[in-house]
Amino acid sequence: MNQERFEQLHQAQWQQLEQWLEARREKKRKADNDESTAVFPHLYRQVCHHLALARERHYSNHLVERLNKLALEGHTQLYRSRTGILMNIVRFVLVGFPVLVRRESRVFWLAALLFYGPLVAMWFTVQQWPDVAYSVMSAPQTRQYEQMYSPDRKVLGRERQADSNFYMFGVYIWNNIGIGFRTFATGLLFGLGSLFLLIFNGVVIGTVAGHLTHLGYISTFYSFVVGHSAFELTAIVISGAAGLKLGLALIRPGRRSRLRALREAAAISVRLIFGVILFLVIAAFIEAFWSSTTAFAPQVKYFVGGLLWLTVISYLLLMGRGRET
Amino acid sequence: MLDTLRDIETPEGVELGLRAAGLPVRAMAWIIDFLIRFGIDVALVVALTPLGRFGVGLMFIAVFLNEWFYNVLFEVLRDGATPGKRSMGIKVVHDDGTPVGWSASLVRNLLRVADFLPTCYAFGIETMLLHRDFKRLGDIAGGTLVVYADSLSAPPALPEVRPEPAPLALSGTEQHALVRFAERANTLTPERAEELADILEPLTGTRGETGIRRVLQYANYLIGRR
Repeated sequence: MNQERFEQLHQAQWQQLEQWLEARREKKRKADNDESTAVFPHLYRQVCHHLALARERHYSNHLVERLNKLALEGHTQLYRSRTGILMNIVRFVLVGFPVLVRRESRVFWLAALLFYGPLVAMWFTVQQWPDVAYSVMSAPQTRQYEQMYSPDRKVLGRERQADSNFYMFGVYIWNNIGIGFRTFATGLLFGLGSLFLLIFNGVVIGTVAGHLTHLGYISTFYSFVVGHSAFELTAIVISGAAGLKLGLALIRPGRRSRLRALREAAAISVRLIFGVILFLVIAAFIEAFWSSTTAFAPQVKYFVGGLLWLTVISYLLLMGRGRET
Repeated sequence: MLDTLRDIETPEGVELGLRAAGLPVRAMAWIIDFLIRFGIDVALVVALTPLGRFGVGLMFIAVFLNEWFYNVLFEVLRDGATPGKRSMGIKVVHDDGTPVGWSASLVRNLLRVADFLPTCYAFGIETMLLHRDFKRLGDIAGGTLVVYADSLSAPPALPEVRPEPAPLALSGTEQHALVRFAERANTLTPERAEELADILEPLTGTRGETGIRRVLQYANYLIGRR
């Protein structure tokens, strides 16, 4: 069949598909229940067929290009992933995330070790040899921390005024989630970035906590951090685990190609990061609006903090059990 | 073959062509986006700082969202293109040509941090230059591809002359070559058209102007004009 005849024969169908795609572009979802939508898959497959024919018969480039574009747009519409986003989020929080963390428990524990190991080691080291603190932090930095948690302060943590809780919330979001993202992303460099950031943060946090404990600022410091630490520290560990997973995929791809292993690992890791974002927003909220308040006795804050730790642990350990699929 | 065309195979068994976008055009898009993002940051600082500590807190959150999610939001909600990419005529798609989703977009944009290292996107540029689809690390991990968002060019006007069959049977590829020549005839300089048509002297039996005309006649016949 020659080209002009071919075009005459199928022009109507092509135009119909073009119009449908055009309408779809303009009003996005409204076209969904339209009658014309029912014929769309058929039209699309026709065009795919025509494209194959046009290529095989060496019809003119322009015709092949036009059909290619039409088929491509049809392909885009037919195979785009449907996301009922709200339902997905709820499901992810209730089941998906804890199940995922449990499934990735190996990298989770590896990251936890890399983070809590240096933290605990530095804490005890500073008890034994207090001067070590000054080789980790500069003297002005140390003084700043001492001021923040000095027992004669009215407000715990950083300097703040009455209306500054929200200000601190903003700072925590900006700073902490940024750290979480970097801990994850630098894992792409064979895990080295995540490795470094986990150990580094462990060392710094362990040193600060050890130093303040040594000075005896116990109730001010611990009653401040106990609330948000559950969510914040766990989130840092999980973002480190996500980064290590990327690195391990490159180092030990198993029986897959490195590219494929990386892509599969990234698809899993990014879901861990969704959870990290959630945890860090909660942590920032607690840190800004609860941890800093002195309206409650330290005992109350320890109790609530313990409850929050219990919540995080049982959430990750128990939620979604039996609904793993 | 050394070209930028990528074929993706659909479940229907046809291959669709996508043209991968290279470093210069993507760098331009990035610069435009960078300026827009920077402008938004400045606007946020100017607008929110006077509102006191509350405003500054809000500013931190807004700047955080702008810096980390500008690309993700535009790519997912605006058909794969940030304003910079749109103005350069490129967009982000999955490896299989479907529109980019939340996960893939988040991966490719969070991993910008790794692409940026050690400085000025050095790793990203290096991998783009080495990769046959110009992917940076984030694209490789996310399974995404930056392609030209093609718009169809106007149909080529095949000059109409009295159709005439070729004196001997032509193979498919030969027919294709004749038709393609005819489609481009109007855009070629007369000298170049003559030069090309002269190659076909064994077929047309003439050279120069009449040679071109002959080839056009065959082409007209081949596409079905009578």
